[in-house]
Amino acid sequence: MKALFITLLLLIVSATAIAKTVEVAQKDKEFTVAEVEINKGDVVRFVNEDPFFHNVYSLSDTKLFDLGSFPKGEYRDVTFDQAGTVEVECAIHPAMKMKVIVKE
Amino acid sequence: MIKLSRSLIFFCSMLSLYGLTFSSFASQYVFEAGHPSLQRWLLPEEVPAPDNNKTTPERVELGKKLFFDTRLSGDGNMSCATCHNPMFGWSDGLATAKGFKSMVLGRATPTIVNTGYNSIQMWDGRKATLEDQAMGPMESHVEMNMSIPRLVEFLKTSDYAKSFKKAYPDEPIGTETLAKALAAFERTVVSRNSPFDRWVKGEKDALTPAQINGFKVFVDPDKGNCEVCHSAPNFTDNGFHNIGLPSYGAETPDMGRFEFVPIRLMKGAFKTPTVRDITTTAPYFHDGSARTLEDVVDHYITGGVVKTNVSPNMKALTLTDKEKADLVAFLEALTSPQKPFTLPAIPL
Ligand code: HEC
Ligand code: HEC
Ligand SMILES: [Cu+2]
Repeated sequence: MKALFITLLLLIVSATAIAKTVEVAQKDKEFTVAEVEINKGDVVRFVNEDPFFHNVYSLSDTKLFDLGSFPKGEYRDVTFDQAGTVEVECAIHPAMKMKVIVKE
Repeated sequence: MIKLSRSLIFFCSMLSLYGLTFSSFASQYVFEAGHPSLQRWLLPEEVPAPDNNKTTPERVELGKKLFFDTRLSGDGNMSCATCHNPMFGWSDGLATAKGFKSMVLGRATPTIVNTGYNSIQMWDGRKATLEDQAMGPMESHVEMNMSIPRLVEFLKTSDYAKSFKKAYPDEPIGTETLAKALAAFERTVVSRNSPFDRWVKGEKDALTPAQINGFKVFVDPDKGNCEVCHSAPNFTDNGFHNIGLPSYGAETPDMGRFEFVPIRLMKGAFKTPTVRDITTTAPYFHDGSARTLEDVVDHYITGGVVKTNVSPNMKALTLTDKEKADLVAFLEALTSPQKPFTLPAIPL
């Protein structure tokens, strides 16, 4: 059981070495970072840390998505499969903005 | 194997849940006059202004004249103050506005009280600043319906020219300076001396016990849950929500913010208005559908009448009659003492 647990952990670790997951939180009505730089294929995990609902969306050509709304403690993953700059916002609170820079 | 990895993920996400710190909400307030936990509700003394339009007495004076001047409209009978009337809390007392030739418009006139503190303007947020907003009503055919070249020509050739020279010595008279002057005046229309403000500053008797209890209801996520959207310090999150008004059930409802941000959540979403000076601006909501503050609270108790696309931050409320009454009493404590307002003499 323990061995299985460790191999599993290793598996997860090695998997993330290929496609990295970067965490960005929404806290006090802001994204915790203004900008993240990732490689093509990497994942950004958006986590809501406020005690109310937020949204995450982008209308950019590089990556179009709308994660709907989700409460505190939940997260949604987005895989960025094309290089470019993606402006990410919360539709509920338009002052909440950040950028994902996806490199080739 | 799959099961194990699932529970591992679950375990990890639970960990991160517990690791989270509590945000500055109800649990942190101490409901005592002047307590440090309450200070976030005080508005800054100075209303923020852009670098290229710092507030000066000359600019405010000019903007005030323009705001009340009916000659800024095509028919020469409508000013900004026709709809944003100081006698009606800088609104108009109507359910929805009346525009050019008394045409009934689709939305209520919002007050301009404290708009200078907000980071986004209009019910649907289509304007960012007061400067961006100001030319809109004059250009609009359904509102002031003014020919802008004719207006600029008039301003240049009338006694206004002197006031513009004093207010904006290095800039030409035109739409830009006109908009700036109006914005400078609007930034002086503020409310931050209400009984609630005085209580936050430490005046014990400024609020009644019922009003203090109403404030508790307002911020408590399990009671009124109002602070989620009407947040400190100006009782707005500068955000957009569909609060489930009956009018959203119409065949072709007003889509609000969705017309500018085509994200599903924004269908029927409108900007959270301030509730400062709220007793002076009935009727309420963008469609004027609530006549009194009791009507407003009754709406929130339902958690939204039309549930299609209602904001996830809305929920049905369980309030006792006393809590309801106290909540209304608290809202009434958000109005600053109404001072006499001196009308400007208009240059001819
Ligand atoms: C015919 C009535 C009418 C007139 C005249 C009018 N307004 Fe308004 N005003 C409105 C309405 C209605 C809205 C909301 C419209 C919307 O959000 O779609 C509004 C919105 C605003 C807002 C945004 C407030 C907020 O909280 O979002 C400002 C600021 C404003 N008006 C200033 C002015 C100025 C300055 C003038 C004169 C140049 C003016 N208005 C003339 C009816 C009027
Ligand atoms: C989900 C966010 C949200 C919550 C929660 C919320 N409000 Fe609102 N409030 C709004 C929005 C958005 C509007 C404007 C909606 C419209 O007209 O379509 C509004 C409008 C109002 C108005 C009318 C203001 C005006 O000038 O017309 C009052 C008063 C008000 N709310 C009080 C409250 C009270 C009291 C509570 C708690 C019981 C509350 N709100 C909870 C978002 C919210
Ligand atoms: Cu948000």
